[in-house]
Amino acid sequence: MNKIDSKVPKGPLAEKWTNYKNSQKLVNPANKRRLDIIVVGTGLAGASAAATLGELGFNVLNFCIQDSPRRAHSIAAQGGINAAKNYPNDGDSVYRLFYDTIKGGDYRAREANVYRLAEVSNSIIDQCVAQGVPFAREYGGLLANRSFGGAQVSRTFYARGQTGQQLLLGAYSALCRAVNRKQVKLYTRYEMLDLVIIDGRARGIIARNLVTGKLERFAAHAVVIATGGYGNAFFLSTNAMTSNGSAAWQCYKKGAWFGNPCMAQIHPTCIPVHGEFQSKLTLMSESLRNDGRIWVPKKIEDAEAIRAGKLKPTQIKEEDRDYYLERRYPAFGNLVPRDVASRAAKERCDAGYGVGSTGLAVYLDFAEAIQRLGKEVVEERYGNLFQMYEKIVDDNPYETPMMIYPAIHYTMGGLWVDYELMTNIPGLFAIGEANFSDHGANRLGASALMQGLADGYFILPYTIQNYLADQISVKRFSTDLPEFEQAEKELSDRIDKLMSIQGKHSVDSIHKKLGHVMWELVGMARDEKGLKEAIVQLKEVKKDFWTNVRIPGKKGDFNTELEKALRLADFIEIGELMAHDALDREESCGGHFRIEHQTEDGETLRHDDKFAYVSVWEYRGEDKAPVMYKEPLEYEFVVREQRNYKS
Amino acid sequence: MDKDINIKVKVWRQKGPKEKGRFETYALKNISQGSSFLEMLDILNEQLINEGKIPVAFDHDCREGICGMCSLYINGHPHGPDGEITTCQLHMRSFNDGDTITIEPWRSAGFPIIKDLVVDRTAFEKIMQAGGYVSVNTGGIPDANAIPIPRDKAELAMDAAACIGCGACVAACKNGSAMLFVAAKVSQLALLPQGRPEAARRAKSMVAKMDELGFGNCTNTGACEVECPKNISISNIARLNREFLNAKFKD
Repeated sequence: MNKIDSKVPKGPLAEKWTNYKNSQKLVNPANKRRLDIIVVGTGLAGASAAATLGELGFNVLNFCIQDSPRRAHSIAAQGGINAAKNYPNDGDSVYRLFYDTIKGGDYRAREANVYRLAEVSNSIIDQCVAQGVPFAREYGGLLANRSFGGAQVSRTFYARGQTGQQLLLGAYSALCRAVNRKQVKLYTRYEMLDLVIIDGRARGIIARNLVTGKLERFAAHAVVIATGGYGNAFFLSTNAMTSNGSAAWQCYKKGAWFGNPCMAQIHPTCIPVHGEFQSKLTLMSESLRNDGRIWVPKKIEDAEAIRAGKLKPTQIKEEDRDYYLERRYPAFGNLVPRDVASRAAKERCDAGYGVGSTGLAVYLDFAEAIQRLGKEVVEERYGNLFQMYEKIVDDNPYETPMMIYPAIHYTMGGLWVDYELMTNIPGLFAIGEANFSDHGANRLGASALMQGLADGYFILPYTIQNYLADQISVKRFSTDLPEFEQAEKELSDRIDKLMSIQGKHSVDSIHKKLGHVMWELVGMARDEKGLKEAIVQLKEVKKDFWTNVRIPGKKGDFNTELEKALRLADFIEIGELMAHDALDREESCGGHFRIEHQTEDGETLRHDDKFAYVSVWEYRGEDKAPVMYKEPLEYEFVVREQRNYKS
Repeated sequence: MDKDINIKVKVWRQKGPKEKGRFETYALKNISQGSSFLEMLDILNEQLINEGKIPVAFDHDCREGICGMCSLYINGHPHGPDGEITTCQLHMRSFNDGDTITIEPWRSAGFPIIKDLVVDRTAFEKIMQAGGYVSVNTGGIPDANAIPIPRDKAELAMDAAACIGCGACVAACKNGSAMLFVAAKVSQLALLPQGRPEAARRAKSMVAKMDELGFGNCTNTGACEVECPKNISISNIARLNREFLNAKFKD
């Protein structure tokens, strides 16, 4: 009855990947030259995959929407990358990294995939060092490590507060080399807008040249989606402005399954929204919670006075402050995981204790740390973050507490893939944040970089060969085939339809409405009533969009508004699927918090007996409800426990 | 304390690469000084769209100063008047009520205009492809700690590696030289043992590509260093020259 085959190899956990590699099919060098692979996206996953596949001898076509692969949003990751090197000799191992990741994901990820991730993590560090990534080092010349949330060991490698940048530039340099050697052909300022399927297999894409506005066809033997997550469905998020879910969504609409769409991560320490015209939210590194203390006023009248600008936080006496994380979670205090810290901030603000002009902010206070450590030490640890904060908010965090509030940061859900990172459409692969596979219901800090590079450097280049091995006699496809013709025509009609609306509202103004519905009803705390309301409201947003959007300019031109409109059309539908999935999952786990399902103390309450599965959604057509399949998560190696941060 | 201000912006408008461009002036009312410079442009575009006009095209993405996508020459400075930040990190509190702000694209032979404020920086890609890497394939790499690297060397390499490839150095340079960009990459890799084997070849091929693409020469005016949002030092150019000359002497 279950049609889902995750293709997890048999055998002990630690031997699965080795056994797979020993028995998989390979493609010989002469045949590699005859096979074309399209890789969409140039972030950590896309760039590392394109470069590696090119080196192996495949013909790679690599696409990105920016003017350079180096602009992909992986570049903005701050903190670090995890690996099980155990250089500090503090007891780390592949198994521990695996276990922490499974537990951090609230037991909603696939065991075999996560183990493999931990297994290849060490090779990533070796690879990056060889490329010239300037990781932080000790005086003895060896690599430095630091600790991060959700782990008892120091396993995070870092390059100042710019680890994502340095890792991406490493992958990008490998990609540059592959382009120079004609192993990869690069298409910048191109956006994939549709997937082409021939005889049930992924065989190409339709992409829009963003400079000329022309639709172009590209054929290949396999297509790899590495386009990141869909957090911008919330309009305001820590994602980049052009980060979008459209490539993955077009695959979904062509039959690819979508896994766990409701799983989105909300990061607790972002700079709060300041006004109506805010375009994005800026993340402040999780590391600040090591020394900063989070609080709001104890008295509601103090909170009101602060919001009215009549009182300053420094005027509130110590006994009138509520250090609510320390109060609720004595054992972990300010260092509880991201989901817990985010919900606690929302709870206080909803109860009327929020600060800032909007009341949607809490304090992150370093006064005690400055007293304990001295200003110099605090500056050494967090100077660059304090400076960034001051540039944006115009407040000096050494003198007055920072204000922070949670924001959407990462989506754990994504295209469903099997152990080989292939979707249910043969020849269509998804890697990095674009797939659903490794983080379950919550991702740990410093694990996104690890997963992107693991998929791109060390996993996909193996697994894709198992698929391509029986494609060697398949000749290159002509892009004149009716399948390409039809896909382009449908897309062209869709663009014409959008251009012809000529309504009254800008794309951004409708995107903001979508974001509002998503944040209020499908955000940090969800319940049945709200989610049903969200589904109704999202239908209205969709109708509003398709009748009232105004796209100036022409389609055959550099037209940012048209680009945004195409993405927004998909975000609205992604939002709908997120709401359906959240409604369906009647439990709380990781980043998915259902108000009806919490412990007496307000913590997440999983129902392993009913919901220990991946929800796998299938598109059934424009006005039809999608169908949900379940991929059971039968744990062979790990025992599920309730997470506890109190004692 | 942030106020709302009324300003005028004088923006370069150009329909396409070969069209004739011109300045257009727009008035904006009640702009919060707490908004970012790019949010001010979002407001302008919202206004233009509501008036049935074509919005201003400009490049931007991460809006947190790291992707290098945003550009803009603001009141005669790449990334605006404030130091050590990109345009996306610039806030309206740097301006006053009644100001007229001039906004232009990067102007340089190496970066042709695509539309309005958007320029084509493909030349940087070509320079990188000419040699901005260490030639290693994926896999088969010795342990990351096999070669110790002195901490100060690693830190210097990191200083150079912080370049975001935005092109402000080229835009700031009266000669339109890309030396700071090239020097940052050459230095980063020359400082590390992993990059040494190819150091000479890298310096030669990146410089040759830069010359071929029409970027000007470096005359040590230092404007690039002053305007660089990431504080990349011109001492990297000295290091590049050293690498380059060494390579030439060996030839």
